[in-house]
Amino acid sequence: MELHDRTIHELRDMLEKGETTSRAVTESVLNRIKTVDDKVKAFITVTADAALAQADRADKDRKAGKASPVLGIPVAIKDNMCTTGTRTTCASKILGNFVPPYDATVVARLNGAGSVMPGKVNMDEFAMGSSTENSAFFPTKNPWDLERIPGGSSGGSAAAVAAGECIAALGSDTGGSIRQPAACCGVVGLKPTYGRVSRYGLVAFASSLDQIGPLTKDVTDTAIVMNIISGHDPKDSTSADVPVPDFTRSLIKDVKGMTVGIPKEYFIEGMDPEVDKAVREAVKALERLGAKVVDVSLPHTGYAVATYYILATSEASSNLARYDGVKYGFRAQGAKDLLDMYMKSRSQGFGPEVKRRIMLGTYALSAGYYDAYYKKGQQVRTLIKQDFDEAFKKADVIATPTAPTAAFKIGEKSSDPLQMYLSDIFTISVNLAGIPGISLPCGFTTGNLPIGLQLLGRHFDEGSVLRAAFAYEQATEWHTKRPKL
Amino acid sequence: MKYEAVIGLEVHAQLQTNSKIFCGCETAFGEEANTRTCPVCIGMPGVLPVLNRKAVEYIIKTGLATHCAITPYSRFARKNYFYPDLPKGYQISQYELPLCEKGYVEILVDGKVKRIGITRIHLEEDAGKNLHTSESGASLVDLNRAGTPLMEIVSEPDIRSADEAAEYLKKLRSILRYIEVSDADMEKGNFRCDCNVSIRPVGAKEYGTRAEVKNVNSFKFVQKALEYEIKRQAQILDEGGRVVQETRLFDSGKGVTFSMRSKEEAHDYRYFPEPDLVPIVTSQETVDAIRKTITELPEAKRERFVKEYGLPEYDADMLTQSRALAAYYEEAAKLSGQPKVISNWMMGELMRLLNAEGKEIEDCPVKPDRLAGMVKMISDGTISTKIAKTVFEEMYGSGKDAETVVKEKGLVQVSDSGEIETIIADVIKANPAQHADYKGGKDKLFGFFVGQVMKASKGKANPDLVNQLLKKKLSE
Repeated sequence: MELHDRTIHELRDMLEKGETTSRAVTESVLNRIKTVDDKVKAFITVTADAALAQADRADKDRKAGKASPVLGIPVAIKDNMCTTGTRTTCASKILGNFVPPYDATVVARLNGAGSVMPGKVNMDEFAMGSSTENSAFFPTKNPWDLERIPGGSSGGSAAAVAAGECIAALGSDTGGSIRQPAACCGVVGLKPTYGRVSRYGLVAFASSLDQIGPLTKDVTDTAIVMNIISGHDPKDSTSADVPVPDFTRSLIKDVKGMTVGIPKEYFIEGMDPEVDKAVREAVKALERLGAKVVDVSLPHTGYAVATYYILATSEASSNLARYDGVKYGFRAQGAKDLLDMYMKSRSQGFGPEVKRRIMLGTYALSAGYYDAYYKKGQQVRTLIKQDFDEAFKKADVIATPTAPTAAFKIGEKSSDPLQMYLSDIFTISVNLAGIPGISLPCGFTTGNLPIGLQLLGRHFDEGSVLRAAFAYEQATEWHTKRPKL
Repeated sequence: MKYEAVIGLEVHAQLQTNSKIFCGCETAFGEEANTRTCPVCIGMPGVLPVLNRKAVEYIIKTGLATHCAITPYSRFARKNYFYPDLPKGYQISQYELPLCEKGYVEILVDGKVKRIGITRIHLEEDAGKNLHTSESGASLVDLNRAGTPLMEIVSEPDIRSADEAAEYLKKLRSILRYIEVSDADMEKGNFRCDCNVSIRPVGAKEYGTRAEVKNVNSFKFVQKALEYEIKRQAQILDEGGRVVQETRLFDSGKGVTFSMRSKEEAHDYRYFPEPDLVPIVTSQETVDAIRKTITELPEAKRERFVKEYGLPEYDADMLTQSRALAAYYEEAAKLSGQPKVISNWMMGELMRLLNAEGKEIEDCPVKPDRLAGMVKMISDGTISTKIAKTVFEEMYGSGKDAETVVKEKGLVQVSDSGEIETIIADVIKANPAQHADYKGGKDKLFGFFVGQVMKASKGKANPDLVNQLLKKKLSE
């Protein structure tokens, strides 16, 4: 097996035994990018020289006695997390030339642990989308089928991990943007509890929903990355000051005594029967492993998509106001006056989906509509949270499909925003409730496209989610499959 | 028709914290443009605000000093609008749940205490500054000020005249300075005022349509803007017109207000709760701890001065305007043992000289012990009250104490009756006609003789003695 196909923990063991070097691993990854990224198009920026320098440094540090599970491991970063000296575009023309003078906290933590950054990966512009087709630069392809989308918005992260263009990646998840692409690309993706991971340096889409998390080749790697990036950050007031457990301790091949809840609202008509079947079989597997399976109800599920598209767009309309052509980023030429400069810069700098959402959010917050939309949305959000609180009285984790279908074809839904919004139907409630959720491979369609199983947990109980996920993964082979490119 | 003005004021006061409200940048002014900035206050992508706890403490302190209720659960909101000096495209402010509500400030109106209600006090960040260069036609933005903590103090429409508005602002400034949360210096722009004003026929219950005069930046201008605005609205109503609801600006050069935008053009700020900051939860313990840091406030001091020193309300109010002034007074009053005399000197000569130079009490060259010393020299008869004025001016100018001035200038009061008798004899001799008239019954001429004697003694003669001896000598 090539080095770039391996997991963090496999490489960690090899590095610790002296069987390979970080330089060799990094070169393998960079070569892989050179070979396949013309097809996959996962990377916006490849930082080969910097990555090799980091790799050499890691090799030196290891000799000097430094140890860390990610020391010398190439981790790709979604292009909405700020990286000092490396442009951070959000896959938008408006930030096409933006080079931050600071690191996102997650980037600083990875750097501190000695990981290597091979580059910045593609996404839907400002993380708005479910297919990575909304990138202002180019769409990313699904490594399992280059005619299909890799999911989104962290499509670059998921595709890069699946294609071996990095060992792991960071993504961000506002309504499913880690889990849905993880499902589409057959990798593991975790959205942590809101507040578990610092958002400092993550370019905001919807502040009350955004959360950074890992995309990895297996559950063990997810736990490893979570150990590095989790924890309170004084620079993020919404990051929770709660103890962070060692997540690798949850990796026990045992779900005896655990209760898995199945929400009937998540097994709906219109769902791909192959997805339905794979997820039901995964639940049966968990039962065979010793878990108790119970029915739970999340009665307000039907309102989740509407609620999300009011709250998320409201926050986005405000968060994206700073891109005005005044201080940094793109400024349109030939403006007559200030208003004209704003209008031209923003009209030319943002793509259609971003503009659609800014308009939606601006409308929802407007005088006379606030109560009917934003305020009502907040009230429904509370109900959705309460649904989960109730369900978690009966179940330790909740199992659902990650997405209603496997990866769809490029262009298939781009003309119909509503159809596109429905790809997140199973993931959106989780962000509204602020709970943790993981997607991991649970099978393939007859067309050889990966299917994702979503497991949800209580606030700050990523431990139970990882435990169930790990037990299932170890009892199956799905995570060992790699796409042929 | 006779009208009554209804005025409510919104004051923006800058808090004197060392660092900005949501980042660690220092709140220094007059520095080179954009040198007191960081990714947070410049509004770069992905940065987050972290609340300066000191700013919250200062607002709570202000709330307590103005009898407000402190909100146990308060939160920030975003006020959205585009302007180059607003780097994020929104201002972090408070909307639904301000930190302080329902308080009041007491002012003196015609010697009587009047309460002006405080609707709310909230915390927000200041914007930067746009600079328009005439040469290139370009506009520049300086973000040094962006993120400076401000409090907005909103009054109830309890103010009824321009004078009351000025009194209210002075009292508010005095409170902010007492509790050391803001230096409230209007000239430096860290105490700004928006005035909401309407008028109604005297006796009417309903409010008239109001106009808002924005960003008035001196006490004098507030008074002038309000006077103009009241007159303007009265004229409209007298001519049968209707006042329109609008935002106006004050042109201090012309002394007039003019329309900036109508109600229809008003911004829709699309306020919503700030998701990047957690709500501010304030416990009773925190409130109590902050309350303990508040020393005696102007109102309490004024009442004490009236009681303890027997001062009239007016004097007590004046002398408690600032903590330094009150401290000066108390020291001088105690050292001299003559509180009323000290008050008279301070309200008279001392204020006159300070005001002439635009100086504050802190810069007064005559320290309280020196003033007390001088007052004692009056009471023990060493100098006359009249001479004392000369002595005080000399003390103020030279920084010397009263004794030195009196000695150097030979201003000691003449209380030697022999010496005064000699002067009197000379005066009577020089004015025989007046003397004859006096004797003939023109009592009023007594004052003339006192004046002549004082003049001959160069003011040094003890006036009591002069009176006494003159009466005797003139009737001889």
